Amino acid sequence: MSESSHFLFLIALLPFIGALLPGLMIRAGRTACAVFTAVPTALALILLMMLAPAVMRGEVVQAEIEWLPQLGLSASFFLDGLGLLFATMILGVGLLITLYARFYLSGDDPMGQFYTYLLLFQGAMLGIVISGNILLLLIFWELTSLSSFLLIGYWKHLPEGRQGARMALAVTGAGGLAMIGGMLILGDIVGSYELVDILAAGDAIRASEWYLPALILILLGAFTKSAQFPFHFWLPHAMAAPTPVSAYLHSATMVKAGIFLMARMWPVLSGTDAWFYIVATTGLVTMVLGAVIALFKDDLKALLAFSTVSHLGLLTMLLGFGTQAAAVAAVFHIINHLTFKAALFMTAGIVDHETHTRDIKRLGGLRHLMPITFVIGTVTALSMAGIPFFNGFLSKEMMLEEASHTKWLGSYYVIPVFATLGALLSVAYSYRFIVHVFLGPERDDYPHKPHDPPFGMWAAPALLAVLVLVIGIMPVLAEAVVTVAANAVTGADLHPHLKIWHGVTPALYMSVFAIIGGGVLLAVHAPLQRFWNAAPRPEAKEIFEWLVDSVAGLSRRITDISHNGAISRYLAIFVVTSVAVGAAAFFGSGLAAPTRGLLSVPPVIAVGWFMLIVATVSVVMMHHSRFRALVLIGVIGLTISAGFVYLSAPDLALTQISVETVTIMLLLLALHFLPKSTPKESPLGLKIRDGVIAVLAGAGVAGLAYAFMLRDIGTISDFHIANSYEGGGGTNVVNVILVDFRGYDTYGEIIVLGIAGLIIYAVMHALLDGPASRRLRNVDYSQDRSRDRHPLMMVVVTRVLMPLAAMVGLYIFLRGHNEPGGGFVAGLVIAIALLMQYMASGFAWTQARQRIQYHAMIGTGVVIAGLTGIGSWLFGSPFLTSSYTYIHLPPIEEFEVATAMLFDLGVFLTVLGAVMLMLYSLSRIARYAGETVNLEPMDYDPAKTGSGDREEA
Amino acid sequence: MHWIILPVILPAMLAPILGFVMRHDISLARVASIAGTATLVAIAVGLTMLASDGETHVYRLGDWPAPFGIVLVLDRLSAMMVMLTSLLALVVLIHAVVTGWDARGRHFHALFQFQLMGICGAFLTGDVFNLFVFFEVLLIASYGLMIHAGGRERMQAGLQYVVMNLAGSTLFLFALGTLYASTGTLNIADLAAKVPTIPADEAALVRVAAILLMVVFAVKAALFPVQFWLPATYANAPAPVAALFAIMTKVGAYAIIRVHTLAFGPGTPGTDGLAASWLFPAAIVTIAVGAFGVLGAKRLMPLIAFSIVGSMGTLLVAVAAFSPTAMTAALYYMLHSTFAAAGLFLMADLVVSRRNGDLLRTQAPTIQNGLFAALFFGAAIAMAGMPPLSGFLGKLLILDSLRDPGTIAWAWTAILAGSLLTIVGFARAGSTLFWKSTSVPVASAESEVTDMPEPASQPATAMEIAPTMAAIALLIGLSVFAGPVSNYLEGTSAQLFDRAGYISAVLGPEGEG
Repeated sequence: MSESSHFLFLIALLPFIGALLPGLMIRAGRTACAVFTAVPTALALILLMMLAPAVMRGEVVQAEIEWLPQLGLSASFFLDGLGLLFATMILGVGLLITLYARFYLSGDDPMGQFYTYLLLFQGAMLGIVISGNILLLLIFWELTSLSSFLLIGYWKHLPEGRQGARMALAVTGAGGLAMIGGMLILGDIVGSYELVDILAAGDAIRASEWYLPALILILLGAFTKSAQFPFHFWLPHAMAAPTPVSAYLHSATMVKAGIFLMARMWPVLSGTDAWFYIVATTGLVTMVLGAVIALFKDDLKALLAFSTVSHLGLLTMLLGFGTQAAAVAAVFHIINHLTFKAALFMTAGIVDHETHTRDIKRLGGLRHLMPITFVIGTVTALSMAGIPFFNGFLSKEMMLEEASHTKWLGSYYVIPVFATLGALLSVAYSYRFIVHVFLGPERDDYPHKPHDPPFGMWAAPALLAVLVLVIGIMPVLAEAVVTVAANAVTGADLHPHLKIWHGVTPALYMSVFAIIGGGVLLAVHAPLQRFWNAAPRPEAKEIFEWLVDSVAGLSRRITDISHNGAISRYLAIFVVTSVAVGAAAFFGSGLAAPTRGLLSVPPVIAVGWFMLIVATVSVVMMHHSRFRALVLIGVIGLTISAGFVYLSAPDLALTQISVETVTIMLLLLALHFLPKSTPKESPLGLKIRDGVIAVLAGAGVAGLAYAFMLRDIGTISDFHIANSYEGGGGTNVVNVILVDFRGYDTYGEIIVLGIAGLIIYAVMHALLDGPASRRLRNVDYSQDRSRDRHPLMMVVVTRVLMPLAAMVGLYIFLRGHNEPGGGFVAGLVIAIALLMQYMASGFAWTQARQRIQYHAMIGTGVVIAGLTGIGSWLFGSPFLTSSYTYIHLPPIEEFEVATAMLFDLGVFLTVLGAVMLMLYSLSRIARYAGETVNLEPMDYDPAKTGSGDREEA
Repeated sequence: MHWIILPVILPAMLAPILGFVMRHDISLARVASIAGTATLVAIAVGLTMLASDGETHVYRLGDWPAPFGIVLVLDRLSAMMVMLTSLLALVVLIHAVVTGWDARGRHFHALFQFQLMGICGAFLTGDVFNLFVFFEVLLIASYGLMIHAGGRERMQAGLQYVVMNLAGSTLFLFALGTLYASTGTLNIADLAAKVPTIPADEAALVRVAAILLMVVFAVKAALFPVQFWLPATYANAPAPVAALFAIMTKVGAYAIIRVHTLAFGPGTPGTDGLAASWLFPAAIVTIAVGAFGVLGAKRLMPLIAFSIVGSMGTLLVAVAAFSPTAMTAALYYMLHSTFAAAGLFLMADLVVSRRNGDLLRTQAPTIQNGLFAALFFGAAIAMAGMPPLSGFLGKLLILDSLRDPGTIAWAWTAILAGSLLTIVGFARAGSTLFWKSTSVPVASAESEVTDMPEPASQPATAMEIAPTMAAIALLIGLSVFAGPVSNYLEGTSAQLFDRAGYISAVLGPEGEG
């Protein structure tokens, strides 16, 4: 890597860094903005010229930095003749466009934004042509799509701009995505994504079975970008962009990216029948079709746009021929097309700018009003027509020469005839551009009185027009550049000679025929156009919009139907999926032999089992009556607890009973504010469906349980049983598992409970602050309310029970480590004791008699549990390592103190706090719903004679 | 080495203090919450450095030997996930604070920290039951965050979210029961040691466990056909919460990656290939669901939500290959899609709060239309996988790694066509929101009845934009430093597929085999 090759990085980066400038410099004025846009471009161009001599000598300048080696993507740059040609074109025209746009854009247009987008595009385009890694090329490729999207949509208030931008993005984006596939295949065949390696592996690629898919995918990218039939339709609609953009992107540079790519890959992909028939045919069709449409367009820019399509077709066809001479012609025509077409677009922009119209029907006779523009327009249009002494003639002759001896499906006539037709049409619309715009009588109905623009605006096209003439008259000047570029394309060592006179050849006849025929065609243009306009033809834009809209509409329907918010359906799908994949997995293998036999069924179990089934079926039958359903759920819970007792799991039974009690109580309280019955909403079919699903899922679970209850397996719980006393200091292995072996799980679960408390509180607030509070205030509960809300008997009994319950709670808590119990159950027991007080005497009355904040209780519980865990760090042990000791305090027997109990205290507090916070939230809602607050513990107090209900609202 | 548990303990200790001591002063809570999250980032950096040597660090809770107690396992993957979580959390939290979202309901910061605890816990644990516990923690906390600030539609969507996910949790328990009944253990390393010993013709139970676990994780990861809850949830969640949820789907993906690679992955005669055979087609359909959703979206928030569904599909297509190279690609894409999704939601919040709802219909342009358009453009091209942001590299990595002749056509077509639909969908939405609006000079006061607050007309301050910019900056960083990042990820995926290394680190050398 030579020193100067590092310039390649700078060249690639300069436009992107420079893109930051215009947005800022616009604050210094429009000219400053334009100048500072030109600076990075000019710098890059100078650096490029420093590298040019080496490239002209036939060297390849390369520079590389590793980027993502896992993928084979590197920031690798590669400058050969082809890259140099394109890079010069991009930067050179970029400078001209910057100058032109400075005068073209009006004061209302955000110029800083425009130049920023322009530089972004320039950087992306430049990146494509100097990329030395095809993945890097892909990146720049997609970037051109994006920046072109921004530039086409620059006038964002115009619907054409927005639609054109989206269309261009969709079409070129789709092509780009296809190309990703192609490039990845290519890389796989070669084993590298470096251009150098790929260019050297042409034979392997053409021989690969993946050649055809790769070719098609890459060509999809190239054809969409270069607007080849049938993807040509986006280009004319991209003309909604400001004219400098059209001149730069959509004639000179971006649309040539596809051509560039085909040229770049020419040594690797061309030379097969597939290449010839796909590429050459597409090019031929595009060339003729584009030219036909161009002839009948009245919008100047549309005419030029379709002419561009046609010329891109010509280039594609030449590359498709696959011969070296055709490649030379293609390279030469790239240069020529750039010079005349960019100038023509700028001319069209000038006409539009000055006359305020681009409609050919409203123009004509401008030659005296705008003489400079006329000269520029005529010179370049004649070149487009391919008239001798203008550069377009030279490359068109070369094209016709190649076409004249190319065989297509065995016929020597197809290609020459159509090529001549294309040339003829090209002549015709070029003539039309000159004749219908500049010649003819001067009119007095231009929307705006035209005159020549300021020098800054015509300088750029004039320079290009001069180039047109210079190359046209002295083609030998372009020979060196064409040679080095053509050698880069073909990989051969060619010495083409560019000259005007080739002798009397078939191409000359074809050319003469085209030039004369074009004139004739223009003469009969008016009737032809009437015929054309009357003829029905598919409108690509409408088809495209229809396509996108219908895909979008279909997407919307699919989405709306599938995501309809019906939670029962989501659940049904979930359950069916689980059962189906579970069954498939199950039947994909077999079971080990069972190790246990079935047990006999004692009567008590049969009764419990029967009760469980009856209760469950009853819930299903009676769930519309919510109160009854709750009671039945309670029955189920208690039966399950009994089952735990029977199966010798007292801890589980205790927990189950207390959880069941608290839950049912809270649910009953909540039910107070809810409708008492569930409306019947599901039709019978739905019920059957859900029933079948439920039965299937139940059967699945039952089968699974049956399968594993018959099989013994060594588990980690043997260790727990063995180590519970030795290591954990407790004989109740369940509790030791909860607070020690797996205390971390418990820690997580109490946090879940604490969070649930918080959420209920937060939801309650959101509810009471929102519109729901009004509804609550207006609910009338009076009719089904008991007269004796705080009955004497209940108050007295719960008061008596209170200390007893507290004692039981404490007892359960303390014995937890060795006997069934523990902090969780204790918390629930105390909560039940408190709940009873609240139910007996009303929440507010009770609340006023205790000072504990439930928030703080949850918080303290979680923090105590956490601190217990952290405490073990002080002793160099991991989180939640427990230790225990035995203490002997005189009147009491020796007892054990374990850090696990401290942890259990945290559990206890969190559980209690969470339950009470839920209760508190419910009572707040009750207050909103108009529940009164009693001052006395009971409604009728026999100790106070004569005092009835004393309530305040 | 108590560092390993700090990502769980720090938020778990901070949250109760935030919720119960600082709940009356929002400024105090903000300072504490941000400071805590910033510390979490620092810890995550430390852990990532610790893990980058390739060693698997084990933390035995309660000092009990594995597999009998619970272990935390820090390897490159879990360190990276914690890092990702903490960075995302910091960005999102700052957004929530500066836009005032945190003050629109109660207990935002406490729930936020609990949420972080849950996520970090899930990433660090080496025990499937403990994973269940942390799934519960993050589910309940996320439900609280999701319905933060209330509102009818949000509560409805919240119900859907919590019901679907509770159903998932229930199935999780069934799956764990089956797993315990067929292997007798819950420790992942122990599973990795025991499952391969189950003969292929006696593996029915463990296969059921494996596949049910995958369904559970798929619910979290929003995989078809259990993704239905996601769009409504994300679309109706407060925007910063939705941005944080970008990591929640990744928890599901992470669990699949961890459990189905180590315990049921290559080398287990009974279960090898089982997960992949379902995961692959499901992921393909998920891509389609996401793409159709993006293209057909009527509102901006669901559009973003569907783009997340699509990205999860892309991610899981790569995961389904269960090969080290594809896993590297998947992990890279995971990093990317997390920040891309967050960036989109944060950006959308800035716009939607200045608009009349998020309906994709023409309205008068908001203040700072150009700036928002640029942010949208950046975040959208990231999500759609266009260069120069990391989505493109991620997509290339995934495509490049999926070359199995049997699946290449499906995978490539789905990913590429999905990208196209996504690009078109985003282009249409952006064009309506930011371009078409400029053709409406006066406000067409056709106000929709939504729960969105009244549109604010104040310009976004630098602080309000900073989090969105930070998300995009992270994507740029991910793209520029793709090489070093992929180096780390390559090591990560090699470590992930080194079953013996994991087992011996957790169970000790004798535990192997």
